[in-house]
Amino acid sequence: MDIAVLIKFVPDLVEELEIGASGAALDRTFLRLIPNEQDDHALEQALLLKERHGGTVTVLTLDTGDVDETLFTAVAKGADRVIKITGDFGEGINNHAAVTVLDTALKNISFDLILTGTQAVDDLDGSIGPLLAARLGLPYVGYVTGVTSADGKIVARKEYPGGLIAEMEVRLPAVLGIQAAEKPPRYVVTSLIMQAMKTAQIEETEAGAVEVRGAAGVARMSRPEATTHAELIEGDADQVADALVTLFKERGLLS
Amino acid sequence: MTTVSTNDHSFYDKVLEATPRGERLKLCLQCGMCSGICPYGFAMDYPPRSLVAALRADDFAPVFESETIWLCVSCFACTSICPAQIPLTNGLLASLKTEMLIRRKVPAELQTALENTRRYGNTLGESPRKRAAWARDFTTPVPIMAQTKEPVDVLWFVGDYASYHPRVQPVSKAMAKIFQALGVRFGILGPEENSDGDVQCLAGERGLFEMLAQKNGKAFRKYQFKEIVTTDPHAYNVFKNEYPSAGFSFPVKHYTQFLAEHLEQLKPLLRHEQKYRVTYHDPCCIGRANNNNIYEEPRRVLKVIPGLEFIEMPHNRVNSICCGGGGGGNWLDGFAWERTHTRMSEWRVKEALDSGAQILAVCCPYETPRFEDALKSMGREKELVVKDIAELLADAIFG
Amino acid sequence: MSQDVWVVVETLRGEVLDITYTLLAAGRVLADGLGSKLTALLLGHNAEGWANTLGAADSVIYVDHAALADFTPDAYRKTIAGVIKEPTPRIVLFGHTSMGMDVACGVSLDLDAPLVTSCQTVRVKDGQPWYVSLTCGGKIVAEGEMPGPTCAVTMIPGGYKPEAGRAAMSGAPPVTKTQPPTALDDLRVGFKGYIEPPAGDVDIAKAPLLVSVGRGMQQQDHLKLAEELAAVLGGSVSASRPIVDQGWLPSSRLVGKSGKTVKPRLYLALGISGAPEHAEGMRDAELIVAVNTDEKAPIYDIAHFGAAVDVLALLPALTEKIKAAKGRGA
Repeated sequence: MDIAVLIKFVPDLVEELEIGASGAALDRTFLRLIPNEQDDHALEQALLLKERHGGTVTVLTLDTGDVDETLFTAVAKGADRVIKITGDFGEGINNHAAVTVLDTALKNISFDLILTGTQAVDDLDGSIGPLLAARLGLPYVGYVTGVTSADGKIVARKEYPGGLIAEMEVRLPAVLGIQAAEKPPRYVVTSLIMQAMKTAQIEETEAGAVEVRGAAGVARMSRPEATTHAELIEGDADQVADALVTLFKERGLLS
Repeated sequence: MTTVSTNDHSFYDKVLEATPRGERLKLCLQCGMCSGICPYGFAMDYPPRSLVAALRADDFAPVFESETIWLCVSCFACTSICPAQIPLTNGLLASLKTEMLIRRKVPAELQTALENTRRYGNTLGESPRKRAAWARDFTTPVPIMAQTKEPVDVLWFVGDYASYHPRVQPVSKAMAKIFQALGVRFGILGPEENSDGDVQCLAGERGLFEMLAQKNGKAFRKYQFKEIVTTDPHAYNVFKNEYPSAGFSFPVKHYTQFLAEHLEQLKPLLRHEQKYRVTYHDPCCIGRANNNNIYEEPRRVLKVIPGLEFIEMPHNRVNSICCGGGGGGNWLDGFAWERTHTRMSEWRVKEALDSGAQILAVCCPYETPRFEDALKSMGREKELVVKDIAELLADAIFG
Repeated sequence: MSQDVWVVVETLRGEVLDITYTLLAAGRVLADGLGSKLTALLLGHNAEGWANTLGAADSVIYVDHAALADFTPDAYRKTIAGVIKEPTPRIVLFGHTSMGMDVACGVSLDLDAPLVTSCQTVRVKDGQPWYVSLTCGGKIVAEGEMPGPTCAVTMIPGGYKPEAGRAAMSGAPPVTKTQPPTALDDLRVGFKGYIEPPAGDVDIAKAPLLVSVGRGMQQQDHLKLAEELAAVLGGSVSASRPIVDQGWLPSSRLVGKSGKTVKPRLYLALGISGAPEHAEGMRDAELIVAVNTDEKAPIYDIAHFGAAVDVLALLPALTEKIKAAKGRGA
């Protein structure tokens, strides 16, 4: 089975997020971009399927920042091809636009299955997976936490609230949105990544025209103005513990 | 393309190559002192002696099936006692850990610590931009080299835990105040500082260590300073013993060495009596690791604190009992608990409690949180206080 | 050009899900603001009765077909896109959920409508519908106009309580039953069956007090501190997604979008950032106390009390003191 994995780079929430001068977008000066966590899971799921059934794994990403290390890491983990799509993506592009770019890049790739994270932290106009599937005319199932393949058919385990799972049979070729891989993303030792940097090739392909449509504009970005905010208890751990015991007693939680 | 095929021969060759004096493996007498002194030797499928035996018998494949190498906390006890001076801890054991990493057989918490190091330059996954946040709000600012750009006498390497961990940040603050009280011209790298690389190196991630050495080394080279002084024994160990092979050689001291050299200037500042019985834990990394042998200086510093009554524990100096935090051990307590139902830090703490001391003095950033945790899990946190030497000095200087 | 507002109803195994009522509440705000009609679109098989609780809408369109008995992305998307077409409404609301997100993107492209997701609240400003969405783990609010002539929107829970959308007063709405507009054979995604979550040792939805653990616990080894606290409080341990993904606790303990919604008397959030996916599962707890050293963590916006201390230092101290308090008789 030939699998294409799509990785999107998103703001790292470990860093402070600042809103830029326009007031309608993030300030990208100090933004750290990291691969979307669920896309890491998608790659892991792809590699697990490859280990079970053979085939190839091709990783594609738009060159929106420092993407090389992630691509070499994917090679070190077991990906067969890694493709960087170059282009003028300005201050970041929305998912609708990204999907038109991916569509073009995927025309030269033969695949049975496309895996990508079911959503990304900075999604505002849908997610890559279902948008791409609709554009390519392929079936899509999202919130997938397990994929099995038997007799040329794929069964995806789709998550519902409360941990309920729905098993869906999917005809290939298809796109799946991965919520979590069956195992946490594997570790790859730095020396293998360095080795990949020396021996592996990142293929580059030009994005071509980017269609920007389908998203609503953002008029304003701000921090949530909490209508409520927690009353903060000051002090060290000991003092906080005392305050909490008093609070719990008051609320009748300790009887 | 990705999996390194390793038959036993090439692993043997790798170990020989990777370690200076690796050929000493051939001199092993199978005396068993290493396995005997290893704190977790009893729980390992292959304690050090068995590893050497397996290697020489060309029968290493079964070793890769066992995960118990992750019980090794790189305490260097085996290496220091080996009569044949075989490089065990940072040779054979680290190489075996590398093989386990290549095979992706690594406990999840350690994996996270290593991945955090790669992405953020610290094991905690904190933003590098906040590395010097502990140093804000100082009346006299703590100089950050990139901002002040002035030559200093001491470039103070702070370290991950000392920068970010809530229990250890107070130690850093105390040290800054001590430098200032002594009138030392010092500076820190702040956001330019990355993890020193010691635990990553000993946990088998040589590649990650090299990356960190390059980053720190290049940062050091930007500035003028007479020596590096560090509050972190792991940093001391790796700057002194591993950075040269990465191309970076700087004079380095542990802060207790630095203070021991400045005792005459320090003494008059210590105006507040600390009338306590204090015992001292020798950290592996400045002690028996690589024969760094820094034992007397911390004791000299402690003994000039007025009112302090010094008590020696039975396991001291080269025989010190590891806190369990080295070589990745700091993230593997759960792993170790599942297999041994013990916590290594508790052994040391028990000895401190039995010594009659009121304070356990330490000088390594892993030790304050680890020993305090051990006291809590033993339910004896009211009986013993854990303090870094810097905190004790600050108490004596500032009250 | 229609100014009407449509809501795509979500049901699961015979139950209309809470998110539907959130959508209806939001839909009501928009329809009233635009002076237009609110229509609920219900898909199913022999499911007409479920329309009774959709009274917040002005009318219900019910599409009945065997292939719609259980949700599948292909069948639902085709049906929704086909029904909504003539004329396309001003706004279509979907749930930002496992089901909603599977179809919203496709339907929006089918209708050639811009799509806004993660929307929390809506309003009508000077005759223009306006969205307010949460992004970046709940740390950033993005807002703007919903472009015309048609806009698709997915909504997260939390902006409107389900109670607001359960309008029983006007009685059951008029229901128009209809056939699917396109044939539902040759579907590329087929429903095979449900798998129940493993019977957990503990049903966290029934626990009176929850000690909930997140990434801030750092190591699996530290979970025992939470267990001890839960034990002295007489409650249970629950978790956020990262803990369950690592396998440190079973998925039966998961609170949030893919897990359970809980309303305990006390929810102690330890080392949890409070991203929307988690918040939606616990925001209605009676007393929420958050412990997180990141003072900007979104959890503080829904917690009643908080402390930016180290969780690992707090837990043993708190356990001790509660033991003592209970020992003395509270």
